[in-house]
Amino acid sequence: MIPGKFEYFAPTSVSEAIGLLGQYGSEAKILAGGQSLIPAMRFRLAQPEILVDINRIQGLEYVRETDDYLEIGALTRESAIEKSTIVQQRYPMLADTARVIADPLVRNMATIGGNLAHADPANDHPATILAYNARIVAEGPGGERIIPVDDFFIGIFETSLERDEILKEILIPSPPGGSGGAYLKIERKVGDYAVVGVAVQLTMEDGLFKSIRIGLTNVSSTPMRARAAEALLVGQTPEEALFDKAGRVAAAECEPWADLRGSEEYKRDLVRVVTKRAIRKAIERANGVL
Amino acid sequence: MSDTEVRITTPPDVCGMGHRMKRKEDPRFIQGAGKFVDDIKLPGMLYLDIVRSPHAHAKILNIDASEALALPGVLAVITGKDLQAAGNLHWMPTLMSDTQMVLPIEKVVYYAQEVCAIVATTRYIAADAIELVKVDYEPLPPVMDPFEALKDKVIVRDDKEKKTNHVWHWEAGNKDATDEVFARSSKTIQQKMYIPRIHVSSIETCGMVASWDKINEHMTIYMTSQAPHAHRTVISLVSGIPENKIRVISPDIGGGFGGKVPVYPGYVCTIVASLVTGKPVKWIEDRSENLQADSFARDYHIDAQMSADENGNITGLRVKTLADDGAADAAANPSKFPAGLYSIGTGSYNMEAAHFEVDAAYTTKPPGGVAYRCSFRVTEAVHMIERMTDIMAHDLGEDPAAFRLKNFIRKEQFPYHSPTGWEYDSGDYHRALLLAMEMIGYEDLRKEQAEKRARGELMGIGISSFTEVVGAGPSKDFDILGIKMFDSCEIRVHPTGSALVRIGVQTQGQGHETTFAQIVAEELGLPASSIKVEHGDTDTAPYGLGTYASRSTPTAGAAAAMAARKIREKAKKIAAYLLEANEEDLEWDVNKFVVKGSPNRSKTIQEIAFAAYTNHPQGMEAGMEAVNYYDPPNLTFPFGSYICVVDIDKGTGEIKVRRFVAVDDCGNIINPLIVEGQIHGGLTMGLAPALFEEIVYDENGQNLSGTFMDYLLPTSMETPKWEVGKTVTPSPHHPIGAKGVGESPTVGAPPAIANAVVDALWHLGVRHLEIPITPQKVWKILRENGIDE
Ligand SMILES: Cc1cc2nc3c(=O)[nH]c(=O)nc-3n(C[C@H](O)[C@H](O)[C@H](O)COP(=O)(O)OP(=O)(O)OC[C@H]3O[C@@H](n4cnc5c(N)ncnc54)[C@H](O)[C@@H]3O)c2cc1C
Repeated sequence: MIPGKFEYFAPTSVSEAIGLLGQYGSEAKILAGGQSLIPAMRFRLAQPEILVDINRIQGLEYVRETDDYLEIGALTRESAIEKSTIVQQRYPMLADTARVIADPLVRNMATIGGNLAHADPANDHPATILAYNARIVAEGPGGERIIPVDDFFIGIFETSLERDEILKEILIPSPPGGSGGAYLKIERKVGDYAVVGVAVQLTMEDGLFKSIRIGLTNVSSTPMRARAAEALLVGQTPEEALFDKAGRVAAAECEPWADLRGSEEYKRDLVRVVTKRAIRKAIERANGVL
Repeated sequence: MSDTEVRITTPPDVCGMGHRMKRKEDPRFIQGAGKFVDDIKLPGMLYLDIVRSPHAHAKILNIDASEALALPGVLAVITGKDLQAAGNLHWMPTLMSDTQMVLPIEKVVYYAQEVCAIVATTRYIAADAIELVKVDYEPLPPVMDPFEALKDKVIVRDDKEKKTNHVWHWEAGNKDATDEVFARSSKTIQQKMYIPRIHVSSIETCGMVASWDKINEHMTIYMTSQAPHAHRTVISLVSGIPENKIRVISPDIGGGFGGKVPVYPGYVCTIVASLVTGKPVKWIEDRSENLQADSFARDYHIDAQMSADENGNITGLRVKTLADDGAADAAANPSKFPAGLYSIGTGSYNMEAAHFEVDAAYTTKPPGGVAYRCSFRVTEAVHMIERMTDIMAHDLGEDPAAFRLKNFIRKEQFPYHSPTGWEYDSGDYHRALLLAMEMIGYEDLRKEQAEKRARGELMGIGISSFTEVVGAGPSKDFDILGIKMFDSCEIRVHPTGSALVRIGVQTQGQGHETTFAQIVAEELGLPASSIKVEHGDTDTAPYGLGTYASRSTPTAGAAAAMAARKIREKAKKIAAYLLEANEEDLEWDVNKFVVKGSPNRSKTIQEIAFAAYTNHPQGMEAGMEAVNYYDPPNLTFPFGSYICVVDIDKGTGEIKVRRFVAVDDCGNIINPLIVEGQIHGGLTMGLAPALFEEIVYDENGQNLSGTFMDYLLPTSMETPKWEVGKTVTPSPHHPIGAKGVGESPTVGAPPAIANAVVDALWHLGVRHLEIPITPQKVWKILRENGIDE
């Protein structure tokens, strides 16, 4: 577990970092919390020749709420998200997520930007960020652009970020009244990647589902939404039979594979069970139960 | 846990047996000042890395290391052919008198097998260089199933004269008597079970620094060793270097659990690398190498039968087992016991007859079978008997606790002669189980379970009432490579009354530096804080076989007491001289000799020690030293009863261990704090294989669980609150009545948990579940029975 050779840069500004990425192209990799990249390098699964360490760039670690969004700086550590009062009170699904990522040691280093940019379907944030319908702010040589999260994950470990772009910020739309969300994860032990994870964010109006988005973890090669299950629920009255149906539909539309975490059948069935549970919990929260 | 039964005879300032002395070793560990093999840095030290096989079974066509050798900083590449040229060092003997490749010439026989070694000036260059070695393989069919292996279609060890994968056959007990008992018993049950391959996963992996001094022709070896003396002897036999020219130092060890008893190819390569380069060479395994290539345990395929009479009394046990040894029998069992002490499998139960048959097979897996926190296969035996007992109780419609109480060997039957030939030294099994039942509230739990079951909720209660067999062992039966399994202690009391104690065993976290000081404090009355305990350096410590199989207290602990008693005998003579009294008129009182009837005429051990160097009687040897090599008359038999409560999530199959009560009896207790620590750690290591850990190979023999991402060590979050209790039944034959405790909880816990899960599902027709009992296994049963949330 000894990494190969690499050259190391520690820029202090975003533009300097972008310059380095432009200069070294595909040989360069951004280093954020290092909790995905460094293990990959130690196994020599990744052998970048250039590391651009962005940890010395000021002003990328924050969680703040504006009128329209919860704004999270890309370098914000999972432990900071977990402990943020705004997150706990107003974005409980995000708190649910940060809390179940790895262990405290990893969370002290790992960043939300790295978690999304890595686009690992086993990571937990993609599902929640999909369910929140977030926007990703990226900066490249030509300035900033905003990527809707539905366009962000395009393949296994692949995002729509350009090689010389940095993920700078995540914008989570402020949930309207009557909203609730929950992230539930099944793991073999604490610190494990999900066997399955289900993120549900919904808004109730007049006793009906006004909108609902469901993100799934580790049951497809690209982080995915359970769109058919969502479609089934919108406009309907919440009731057990419907949750059950939504669970079945989500189980059918995901694409899990057999591995040490379980058989395909087992994972699909867990998606069914956990989707139901997450919907119930999201509704509870929409009704004011934290 | 109450200490009411713990015997204390010394005041706190002496701190002999029974005191909760804080561990002497902890200040250095807590402050990061421990010194482990990887902390050793010698001038000019080189680094070794190992090229490993990507195949489980393959012919080696060619090894081309030219590119690696061309890399600046690479000094040497060592292949099997080089070792052969250096004096047939490409093979080595195992501690079981089998042979194992150090580096291969013809073929590889397991995934991650050592193929060649690279020596370089830095750790990083060594790692870069192994990527440059080109090895051409011709894949051969892997042999992953020991039953298939026995068909001898593909021979794993074609280096041997006999072309078979069958390694050995071993029996214990009485076959005819057992057949007879089964024939007349009204009830028999049979169950197959597999105890999967698991890994010791000590926090510190294996490693070595070997330093060959060309001028003095002397080899100094720092090594992760649980048995430094035995390793020195083996290294001398293999290398031809005389034993006085080899010094093995086992510094602080970050956990051993049996994994640091065998000799691994990496060690031999490191020694050869130092001999070849004339420089110190360091080799430290990384985590994945450790998880893929060595320190494996268990891997027993068991087929057990139990019989009972019409009154529900167990009458007999018949056990057939196939041991998957991997590519070599490289365990460290005592020579006469290829299946270790597996025949302890009649457990805590009185029965007429038993018969055990074990066969071993070679497969294309790494050598396995280390005694992982277990006295040589006792874990497998206990799992088998405790599962069988539970199945029998359930089958007969009896409560598993009542069934055990009925069938236990009774207190008055000790010393008990078991049907497989063991003489259990002492025990009171009823008391331990009754205490555990009281602590957990057994009757109420059964009521709760019945109510929950009526509501469709799944809850289970599991019991394990195990008997251990530890302290190997008496020289008439126990040796490793011919070396008898005594152990030793040397004590030197200094003129000013402090002391140095050196022992032949080797701590890896057990707290020997504390407990051995307490034993000597108990015997001599010197404060434990003034006694320094040393071990692990073969140039200074007396010869001993090392620490594993819970043997340290039964063997070296006894040696410490006996050596101290020799010193006390001498002290008595000196006291008599100083007090101008007859020896017969003196009596020992904690830390001094007192003239009977004249309490103010006494000499403390410190005064006597000073006199031993300044004013000893004419004609007597000066000084205050003693050595003892203790050959135990019998093994010791710790026992206990554990009760576990589990709840099962009907939606996901997840198992939650709600409560776990552990009552242990390890005889007299040296330090209750350390005993509790050992039990907490051991229980966690028992939870692990029950619910989480398993080494998994794919059909090609690749290890799929070669990192901690997939080899699931439980964390504090998965671990229940351990509720520990104790009874004290001293060993009658041990000088201080102690039995050993390090392994009881690892041995006893898995069946308690498995029994609890099966108990929760018994009404669905479940008789047995293989460990690790994963949520997926439970989920499958639930769905097959139409159970959902
Ligand atoms: C033991 C362990 C357990 C884990 N368990 C979980 C888990 O249960 N759930 C989970 O979600 N995660 C888990 N992780 C992963 C962890 O959350 C990672 O830290 C996270 O996926 C990556 O974040 P990072 O800041 O460490 O990124 P890094 O490892 O530094 O980078 C990851 C990738 O993202 C790129 N990158 C990073 N930041 C940016 C940026 N701002 N702009 C563009 N590209 C960028 C890097 O170039 C790299 O390719 C675990 C990690 C470990 C070590």
